[in-house]
Amino acid sequence: MLEINGISKSFGGLRAVDNVSMKISEGSLVSLIGPNGAGKTTLFALITGFHKPDSGTVTFAGNDILGVKPSEIARAGMVRTFQIVQPFAGQTVRENIAVGAHLRHASRRDALDRAREVAEMVGLGDRLDQDAADLTVAGRKRLEVARALATDPKLVLFDEVLAGLNPSEIRDVIPVIRAVRDSGVTILLIEHVMQAVMSLSEYTFVLNQGRLIAEGEPRAVAADQAVIEAYLGPGMAARLKGQSAQVPA
Amino acid sequence: MVNTRQLAALLVIFGLIATCPFWIVSPSALNTVIAILYITLLGQAWNILGGYGGQFSFGHAAFFGTGAYTVAVLQIQFGTNPWLGMIAGGLLAMGVALFVGFASFRYGLRGSYFALVTLAFAEVLRILSNSVGFTGGGVGILIPLERNLANMQFADNRGYFWLIWTLCLVCFLTVWWIGRSRFGAWLMAVRDNEDAARALGVDVFRTKMGAVALSGFFSGLAGVFYAQFYLYLDPLIAYGAAISIESLLVPIIGGMGTLFGPLIGAAVIHTLSEVTRHNIGDVPGVALAIYGVLLIVIVMFLPRGLISIFSVAGRVLSRWRPANA
Repeated sequence: MLEINGISKSFGGLRAVDNVSMKISEGSLVSLIGPNGAGKTTLFALITGFHKPDSGTVTFAGNDILGVKPSEIARAGMVRTFQIVQPFAGQTVRENIAVGAHLRHASRRDALDRAREVAEMVGLGDRLDQDAADLTVAGRKRLEVARALATDPKLVLFDEVLAGLNPSEIRDVIPVIRAVRDSGVTILLIEHVMQAVMSLSEYTFVLNQGRLIAEGEPRAVAADQAVIEAYLGPGMAARLKGQSAQVPA
Repeated sequence: MVNTRQLAALLVIFGLIATCPFWIVSPSALNTVIAILYITLLGQAWNILGGYGGQFSFGHAAFFGTGAYTVAVLQIQFGTNPWLGMIAGGLLAMGVALFVGFASFRYGLRGSYFALVTLAFAEVLRILSNSVGFTGGGVGILIPLERNLANMQFADNRGYFWLIWTLCLVCFLTVWWIGRSRFGAWLMAVRDNEDAARALGVDVFRTKMGAVALSGFFSGLAGVFYAQFYLYLDPLIAYGAAISIESLLVPIIGGMGTLFGPLIGAAVIHTLSEVTRHNIGDVPGVALAIYGVLLIVIVMFLPRGLISIFSVAGRVLSRWRPANA
């Protein structure tokens, strides 16, 4: 479905993404983890056309999408959400979602109907006419998810949709993400909430300082020495190793 | 949900305005209504790009003046019928708008940069029209008086009333359509958050180009009407900053991004300037000073424009209504 080959991007002297290659097959739910500043969000921006990579190739559904405009990439079926939520403030929840729905529905009525369906799916069904600016953080995260889903994507990139939520909200949103996957949408998610990474994803990529340092099944990756060092520093990792490897929180 | 009530309100309001020629006897009073409608058209044109699209132009005179000069120059140099000239004026203004839009949006100019580019374009056109021959230069251009319908000149100002009423109605219907169409949803998404819109598949550049084209077209029509109504143009009237400022004040004071905001804004601004002119006399600059004060007061207390009075009043009223009523 999505194939990234040797993609790199520098900002000034900083190599934000360094020679990263990934392959995501159709119907899978894959996560991308890594410490703050590892380059995860930059990688998303490169894949979806918001930034142009310095080198490398990106192929989506068999087509080379390097240098293609974000709007065209969304039309082709790949959408992203934003880590810092970006609601259309001053518009209602339903109007917000309808913007996404309009990608596949020209008529206003169809788009608004589709918006209602998607809102119900993510648990915003009772807030349709509320101003998006008045939503709680959890509500805004759901709105990000809903808008992306309303475009009927083949592949959706979720950028930390669980960050800033409390444990019970996380428990509410996880089934939503799972339902999305079960409806046939391929998912790549950036996530810091390990509970979600462990319970949701089948495969995990770990990014650190712009480079992929590990990939594989989430449990195996979490026990990987390089990953533990990246998160906790070498000293702490060594101490942990003495106690038998544990999953970093 | 699909704005049918808004359409009904629009038709009722335009129906009420249409009764004006039947009960307003004094021609000068009808001229006031005509002036309000003409300023409304100007403001509504700006509102498409500024209010719905969030792209604040400071140079709508570029489009207004192009429309006005097109109809005037075509008549004088080529003897073209003004009805044809009106279409040409609208389209040429649209062409200028697309050019300005392309130059700005292609390179991602927004906010104050876009405002400056539009301002510069209007100024360039003002200087050009001042220096080339076929516009009459600084002396201006006088459309010869020949009152008949075929010539778009009316002996009775009711003719002008129906002309501007029709142009306004077409413009309002267009804006109503924007509010309930995919184009409009995308335009407002671009206004509220460009990156989020882009991520959802909105072609930001094309959406802005669509808005600037419509905005320029209706500004051009306002210019055509001006030329035919006053029958005189010079570079300062056509391309001067006064028109640009009026274009943006009307929707800002009335309510940006709303269908009826420009109508309210135009009515209030024009009434106010008439009242001050009668009571204070023609002291230069007084009207401008009042604009300034009004703008400050409205931005401070009604940042969403005068139209928000209605929703505030509605909220107060609903609080006063007895429970379970």
